[in-house]
Amino acid sequence: MGGKEKLERFEQAVLPHLNAAYNLARWLTRNEHDAQDMVQEASLRAFKFFDGFHGLDARAWLLTTVRNTCYTWLAQNRRSQLTTPFDEEIHGVEEDALNPSALALKSGDMEMLKKSLEELPDEFREVIVLRDLEELSYKQIAEVINAPLGTVMSRLARARGRLKQILCSHLKEKP
Amino acid sequence: MDCSNAETLLDAYVDGELDALRNLDIEEHLHGCARCAQSYSDRQAIRGGLKTASLYFKAPADLEKRIQRSVRQAAKAEAPAGWFSGSWLKIAAPLATAALVVLMLAPYFAGPSSDQILTQEVVASHIRSLMVNHLADVPSTDEHTVKPWFNGKLDFSPPVSDLAKQGFPLVGGRLDYLNNRPVAALVYQRDKHVINVFIWPSDNSAQTGGPIKTHQGYHMIRWTGSGMNFWVVSDLEQSQLAKFADLLKSSLAPMAS
Repeated sequence: MGGKEKLERFEQAVLPHLNAAYNLARWLTRNEHDAQDMVQEASLRAFKFFDGFHGLDARAWLLTTVRNTCYTWLAQNRRSQLTTPFDEEIHGVEEDALNPSALALKSGDMEMLKKSLEELPDEFREVIVLRDLEELSYKQIAEVINAPLGTVMSRLARARGRLKQILCSHLKEKP
Repeated sequence: MDCSNAETLLDAYVDGELDALRNLDIEEHLHGCARCAQSYSDRQAIRGGLKTASLYFKAPADLEKRIQRSVRQAAKAEAPAGWFSGSWLKIAAPLATAALVVLMLAPYFAGPSSDQILTQEVVASHIRSLMVNHLADVPSTDEHTVKPWFNGKLDFSPPVSDLAKQGFPLVGGRLDYLNNRPVAALVYQRDKHVINVFIWPSDNSAQTGGPIKTHQGYHMIRWTGSGMNFWVVSDLEQSQLAKFADLLKSSLAPMAS
């Protein structure tokens, strides 16, 4: 593949998915500036290895690279955050104590939802971002996070369960 | 279907990822079980909230331009045949200046023009590895971890040796791309200074080497030996880097025999 042809093909395949790439990087780094660096670094890596891309799904392929880039970066920069265990003590809420109507989210609760999602461990946050924000299929998510379909299914279930717990604990704090 | 089964499948049901038969099963269960029905509506509420645009971070307007610039620069490095347009040069005037500096240094390397491009690539790769803090794909100080990591990722096996005892600890390895091919990058550290060592097979079996060179504050030492090309690049002080290169050469020498 000639250099120019490769560049054109790459730009056609990848540039339309920059929003998806940025959104994932932004949620994984939780920081606007780092997210931009991650997308740039991932794009360069994707370009270097573009000859090896024969698939049809450029978005999932790019997101895989973005995710790997972010995890490498997180491991180096936020070692402590990666290993922070989910604190059931803080977030634990008895199921019975939930007020069902509290979950009928109003627009004013968006900040709280955002905050709750940010508090989720990376492995849970990413599947929610990929499914509920990016609307990837389970099969695509399996490709991006390099895990079997069954793992995607159970991780999403656990992730949403925890998100609900965190959200409820915040709703309870609210006066 | 009991509650624990329903709970397991609820998310896949909400996501429309279940087959028709299981869909029916779970709908039947939700009909008769208030608790699971509540779980279901909670999930829908959360999902509805997540779907609102305010949680989706759109890429900033200038990100696409930034990506295009850096990828085109990378493309230029890969294919230096001169296809890129004049307008590109205008955008990247500072880069052109940097390239000029490399060209001015080129006589010292006394090689063909591909050497000049390579010099530029080596420095760019080194800077990039520091800039976005993507130093190592395999962060490890153990040569027996780093060396096998390259298996299957490269069509050669790079020699890896830890020089911690001599004051240059190995900190990891990385896959990089130079000279139109994937190469091994080994990362060493001396105090706060990072040293990148790029390694790839050489067609030349002879032992060759070049003098230490400096470009934009980065020093480079390169040599060919044991059938491999080595490029060492760092901001480490010259004599220290020369010492490092000598240590590396002598540590690898036994492997060649």
